[in-house]
Amino acid sequence: MPPKRASQISPNASVPPIPKAPSSATSSSSSKSSSAPTQTAQTAQTVLFDLWQRYLNTTPQRVKLIDVFMAFLVVVGGLQFVYCVLVGNYPFNAFLAGFGATVGQFVLTASLRIQTNPENKREFGSVSHERAFADFVLGSLILHFFCVNFIN
Amino acid sequence: MAVEVLEPFLKGDTGRNTRGLLRLIILCTIAAAAVASRLFSVILDPWFNFRATKYLVQNGFYSFWDWFDDREASHPVAQLVYEPRKPAEEPKRTRTWHPLGRVTGGTLYPGLMVTSGIIYHVLRFLSMPVDIRNICVLLAPGFSGLTAFASYLITSEMTTSPSAGLLAAIFMGITPGYISRSVAGSYDNEAIAIFLLVFTFFLWIKSVKNGSAMWGALTALFYGYMVSAWGGYVFITNLLPLHTFVLICMGRYSPRLYVSYSTWFALGTLASMQVPFVGFLPIRSSDHMSALGVFGLLQLVAFVEFIRQQVPNKQFQTLLRGLIFVVFVVSMGVLVLLTVSGVIAPWSGRFYSLWDTGYAKIHIPIIASVSEHQPTAWPAFFFDLNLMIWLFPAGVYMCFQQLKDEHVFVVIYAVLASYFAGVMVRLMLTLTPVVCIAAALAISSILDTYLVAENPIPKETQANGQATSDSIKSAADVIKDSLRSTRNPVLGIYSYVSKASVVGAVTTYLLLFVLHCTWVTSNAYSSPSVVLASKLPDGSQHIIDDYREAYYWLRQNTPDKAKIMSWWDYGYQIGGMADRPTLVDNNTWNNTHIATVGKAMSSREEVSYPILRQHDVDYVLVVFGGLLGYSGDDINKFLWMVRISEGIWPDEINERNYFTARGEYRVDDEATPTMRNSLMYKMSYYNYNALFPAGQAQDRVRGSKLPAEGPQLSTLEEAFTSENWIIRIYKVKDLDNVGRDHGSAVAFDKGNKKKKTAKRRGARVLRVE
Repeated sequence: MPPKRASQISPNASVPPIPKAPSSATSSSSSKSSSAPTQTAQTAQTVLFDLWQRYLNTTPQRVKLIDVFMAFLVVVGGLQFVYCVLVGNYPFNAFLAGFGATVGQFVLTASLRIQTNPENKREFGSVSHERAFADFVLGSLILHFFCVNFIN
Repeated sequence: MAVEVLEPFLKGDTGRNTRGLLRLIILCTIAAAAVASRLFSVILDPWFNFRATKYLVQNGFYSFWDWFDDREASHPVAQLVYEPRKPAEEPKRTRTWHPLGRVTGGTLYPGLMVTSGIIYHVLRFLSMPVDIRNICVLLAPGFSGLTAFASYLITSEMTTSPSAGLLAAIFMGITPGYISRSVAGSYDNEAIAIFLLVFTFFLWIKSVKNGSAMWGALTALFYGYMVSAWGGYVFITNLLPLHTFVLICMGRYSPRLYVSYSTWFALGTLASMQVPFVGFLPIRSSDHMSALGVFGLLQLVAFVEFIRQQVPNKQFQTLLRGLIFVVFVVSMGVLVLLTVSGVIAPWSGRFYSLWDTGYAKIHIPIIASVSEHQPTAWPAFFFDLNLMIWLFPAGVYMCFQQLKDEHVFVVIYAVLASYFAGVMVRLMLTLTPVVCIAAALAISSILDTYLVAENPIPKETQANGQATSDSIKSAADVIKDSLRSTRNPVLGIYSYVSKASVVGAVTTYLLLFVLHCTWVTSNAYSSPSVVLASKLPDGSQHIIDDYREAYYWLRQNTPDKAKIMSWWDYGYQIGGMADRPTLVDNNTWNNTHIATVGKAMSSREEVSYPILRQHDVDYVLVVFGGLLGYSGDDINKFLWMVRISEGIWPDEINERNYFTARGEYRVDDEATPTMRNSLMYKMSYYNYNALFPAGQAQDRVRGSKLPAEGPQLSTLEEAFTSENWIIRIYKVKDLDNVGRDHGSAVAFDKGNKKKKTAKRRGARVLRVE
């Protein structure tokens, strides 16, 4: 968590754009835009790569499982949406129920993930891991009850 | 002595139990008081709801859902509609909204009826055969007891003081602002909706505090229940997102917020779409877009937070900038696309009328014509809330002092509800809970400060406490020590005199409050609209029962299928008490149809008669208060009829024509020809001057003298006039036998039988028995 690389790059890590800004304040914006794309493309690449590495290294197996499930839900929801746009939304109830089910399940899973995250222990004093899972099951039951009722 | 005896009960573990038990007893007493104070007089009011409940209980849930209202409860509707093989029995026998009928299942909020249906079946199951009518009558008082309990719960979440919750409960139980909509027999949606409102808010606060998905799911469930019960659910739909949004803007985003809001939104939206009347509104209308928008925002914020935990600070900045840009472009694109393609409906008219009080009058007169939708008069606040209205700001201020998540909620709720209550009388109902909560907070903090019997902690013990915390002494403490008066501040109230006086004053106020509530309830809110009470000069009470007299006349003297036309205010009553089909009623689902009735009322007879014939009208009912001075009559509502029909037929009806050249609304000699020839005017004043000596006819509502020559009716004939002339019923004449138009037919009759008529009728005498 402590930003080591950040301190390497600039001493004032919390507000990085400021030291850059005064120097180029007088120069026109064209020079900025010429140098910016290559720079950001590079950093974005490294940033994303770093992100991925860090994620692989630090995340416990159980949480990864949850994440895979969430990714799956995103894919399913996206597919439904694309289908709805391309083919038409004729049984609108059915589309809404299906889409709502994925969104709701995603949100509930995200809640479970947040609640069981040890870093959030302080926030959720009253919610143990078992309780979080029970909540998750309860929420999912209600969600699917509504969806099945709505699907016609 | 008593204190010593009680000592073991009030301390330690037993003490907690004792106090819990006491609290329970107090709450039960409060609930009982809340129920009892609503039983001054009983009359079942919106008849339609009662009828619907009866239908539900008799025919079960599914046929209720598909109920196409024709009031033949014994026949299943499908038989009448889908079986064309039996044309002998009139194929369509619509009983309300005459030619159209009404798809009742799809145009009402079923929560109320389903609730009483469930209670009915549970009681039956427990082998307590209770009439469904009794359940309907007592539903509102029963739920007000639950509301008191719910406001205890929500207030207890706000503060640690145990007395605040109890105070809020008793306030909620007896405040006139809430009693006005929940006296015994007022079987309307608000009866259960306020309980659901308060309880949903309690669950929401609970879920934000704990960050538990279970509470969030419960919030969603009760939100769904609320949606099925009252159109005011939109208030919750917008208040919870606003609370979340404000919290995010204050930099108070927390994972708890994410859990509770996302759970509520995902489940609650699906739940609300289960109600047929609401249907796809939650994703289509702009009223619900704020909830969706905040949901999206929350997902973004949560995602950003998640990324922030993963990557170092510098990289986070770059990512954040990119992310904001992408999201902005995408969301703008989607918004433009949806608005252009018209997927998202514009804001509903009711919503606009909340912001621009003049809007409704111009664009949707049907909403503005209801007296409940008028802006609130200032005295109404004091009348309905009494001392709480000046404790309310104090309570809100105290919320600012602590300002945790739940206090932010109260503050937002207070601001919004105050505004809305100012705009519409009806929304006073949503203001009442928050006023009760805030007032309870204020009073309880006064009482807690002044009622603590023991003196403040002596200096020695305080010094001990200070010694331990010496190490963390800050600059502020140093400054404190330099002044003598602030060196050892001992806070608290010493003097018994000040204690006694303040506590005594507060107690007096509370007692006065109870007196005021009882008085208001018994005088203002317990008089049913159907029976009017008045005081005679000697002080005795005189009951004016014209409505029931007239409805009973209709029931006894008209054929079962006779269609009654009246202004929509009386639709439910005619349907329920007279049991006759009506053209329009209090469920104002079809504006055009109401405008048609308005046009028939406000046009000349020659124009009205074809309309009446086309709609199979047999009788026309008007309410006229001129004799008695009853101001809620149809002539006073007449301008709304004109406005509503003008909205549909602007080139035939023009509001200006009903005013004199000087812009006055008059019914006397100076009334405009349009006014004098309108059917409503004629029906109201027909034969009225026969009551008075020649040229002395007077209208006691408008306080004006009427023209010496009364209006002539040719297409209608008077059928019934009630004792005090409040209700007048006219029969629509059939077409003339020899094909003359009605005007000449009447003239012919007049010329021939002038003497005879005068002899038969004689002078009209006012019945006074």
